[in-house]
Amino acid sequence: MPSEENLLRKICSAIAAMFLIASGGIAVADGSGDPTAVKQNETGEWSDKEGNPTYKITDGSVDWYTYSGYRRYHSDCHVCHGPDGMGSTYAPALKDSLKTMSYADFLGVVASGRKNISTAAENVMPAFGDNPNVACYMDDLYVYLRARSNEAWGRTRPGKHDDKNDAYTKNEDSCMGKK
Amino acid sequence: MRKVLLATFLGSAAALAVGSASANDELNKMAQNPKDWVMPAGDYANTRYSKLNQINAQNVGKLQVAWTFSTGVLRGHEGGPLIIGNMMYVHTPFPNKVYAIDLSNENKIVWKYEPKQDPNVIPVMCCDTVNRGVSYGDGKIFLHQADTTLVALDAKTGQVAWTAKNGDPGKGETGTSAPLVVKDKVLIGISGGEFGVQAHMSAYDIKTGKLAWRGYSEGPDDQILVDAEKTTALGKPVGKDSSLKTWQGDQWKIGGGATWGWISYDPELNLVYYGSGNPSTWNPKQRPGDNKWSMTIWARNPDTGQAKWVYQMTPHDEWDYDGVNEMILSDQQINGQPRKLLTHFDRNGLGYTLDRATGELLVAEKYDPKVNWTSGVDMDKNSPTYGRPKVLDAASTDKAGEDHNVKGICPAALGTKDEQPAAYSPDTQLFYVPTNHVCMDYEPFKVSYTAGQPYVGATLSMYPPQGETHMGNFIAWDGKTGKIVWSNKEQFSVWSGALATAGNVVFYGTLEGYLKAVDAKTGKELYKFKTPSGIIGNVTTYENGGKQYVAVLSGVGGWAGIGLAAGLTDPTAGLGAVGGYAALSNYTALGGTLTVFSLPN
Repeated sequence: MPSEENLLRKICSAIAAMFLIASGGIAVADGSGDPTAVKQNETGEWSDKEGNPTYKITDGSVDWYTYSGYRRYHSDCHVCHGPDGMGSTYAPALKDSLKTMSYADFLGVVASGRKNISTAAENVMPAFGDNPNVACYMDDLYVYLRARSNEAWGRTRPGKHDDKNDAYTKNEDSCMGKK
Repeated sequence: MRKVLLATFLGSAAALAVGSASANDELNKMAQNPKDWVMPAGDYANTRYSKLNQINAQNVGKLQVAWTFSTGVLRGHEGGPLIIGNMMYVHTPFPNKVYAIDLSNENKIVWKYEPKQDPNVIPVMCCDTVNRGVSYGDGKIFLHQADTTLVALDAKTGQVAWTAKNGDPGKGETGTSAPLVVKDKVLIGISGGEFGVQAHMSAYDIKTGKLAWRGYSEGPDDQILVDAEKTTALGKPVGKDSSLKTWQGDQWKIGGGATWGWISYDPELNLVYYGSGNPSTWNPKQRPGDNKWSMTIWARNPDTGQAKWVYQMTPHDEWDYDGVNEMILSDQQINGQPRKLLTHFDRNGLGYTLDRATGELLVAEKYDPKVNWTSGVDMDKNSPTYGRPKVLDAASTDKAGEDHNVKGICPAALGTKDEQPAAYSPDTQLFYVPTNHVCMDYEPFKVSYTAGQPYVGATLSMYPPQGETHMGNFIAWDGKTGKIVWSNKEQFSVWSGALATAGNVVFYGTLEGYLKAVDAKTGKELYKFKTPSGIIGNVTTYENGGKQYVAVLSGVGGWAGIGLAAGLTDPTAGLGAVGGYAALSNYTALGGTLTVFSLPN
């Protein structure tokens, strides 16, 4: 069983982030602004100057979050959103969506889902807030897709990557409800 | 006393007669009439073969569009229409509309059915919101809606006669497959393998919609309707708890084994045949054991649901090689002996031929030479591994373990063939098989189960086999020997159901949107026409007013719409190679249309 407390913390921080970002609005093709990595936390996650998670790719080697996000994306997201965030015949290309979508909105949509129903199309994104396989990896997914969106990473599986560190593993186990 | 006995005898005889006479005899008779197309595959044997020969190899090049019909729905259109007399019944993906069209009156819409369904079912459907069509029987049209409502519609008016709820979308159970009417029952499977459902085949009373029996794919013997002594696997009784013994703890309760493929029926043997899908999570490490009876060919008695025989093709699946594909029934000679055969093209890339009366395995051969996860099936009856595929270490995702990426496995998870049904021509004694020519990298990892949420647990990327750029083949297959007779390359996976005809012509559709006609003997292309969208529907033929028509639904989507819409991953791009594979979106866009062809007047 996943730790509900941990999931709740994720969602709460998502909502808090929504308020923080609302004042953003920078005119670049990234819904969260300049993706340049400026700071790394103890789990190996990089953030930009606004404090949003971001990728760090050096000489073809990616940070752990980008790599982890690639793996998680190609398990739970690609069956609708297509390989490499390229979209499918019935779900948008997330590599393009992130050009206008902020980190906070991303977290909100993944956690709560979204309906876009018109006479022409019926697109429904499910709520993944209760699914630890997705909810525990929101930042990983975001970081990978942000790299795709900024064309910092192409249509391939990342090869060289930072290793998973102990702080990350501890968080992951706690979120996934592992002892 | 004697009088009473006699009355009872007469009564039960009458009841028997009614039971077997009604829909079964009616349907059997109707299926003999090549002018109609009364069931999803044209006949109970699932041959997708028509005796019509007005359109033939000599004149098919002159084919032209006779009329078209827009379904008003954009998502992927699988399956095909039914034709009964002057009426045609066309279905759509979600919201699952059904149109009844009068072919004798300017193709006017006589009635239309459109259910109100909770759109929350949409994201619970694995891969697009497809539906594979309706069935007919007892004056009714049967539809399995996305939300698992099985509905009986009056064929004349479209009025709802009854409804039955076959599953719970809240748990990830959805409806995508076509029902089959057998005697006084409507048989229907269920989708949701990637959501950890305990899948089943269910039979409903044709008059009332009451559940008659339900046979699960895994679980205790009384749930899977298997008799320890009488049900056999490869000629031997399966024994007690044949399924339970192959799962750890209660894992069978979320064991998958979805049943959304096509169903076939042999009226003489009184057996229905279908396949069960993958054992839910794609991480094999998480479910040790053979995971019976996922990945299995089932032969059940349609009256009771009791299993006569089972054959598990891919024990302990490590690649998502669902066993749901159709079973095609043919009568051919093997080694000079007439045999009642069942031929099945599995996702795992092997073409199987079995004796459909006994479940004896006769042939198991690769129908794409690129298949590389196995060196073949053990055909030695005295071997302890008889009937099992030999898994090669290099392709074993279980051996590699969690968090290890196994590269270059062929076929990919979508299989050498998916649901797109093959056809069989008794004239040529060949099977015509639409195939995928795609390989994958596969990396399993730990997942946790949440009801109603995807339960996948593997990362995959898919691409054409090394050194090749085409992603599909349309092949002719000899099921007696397990050999490819001819093979036509296609740029994309062939995701359309084939049609074989007495005119020595075979039809199929392509993902770019072409309806193609090829010579049944040689595979030579004789005709092609680009329909408004990519074809994942099945080709159908019928006769009306003395004229033969060929009909196909176009409307790209489904599994094919996922990977292929954007183009598959280019495995060499990371090494700096130039290339990348042309995206399907450069050829076609969404939209459901029925296109109907005929020869010029």
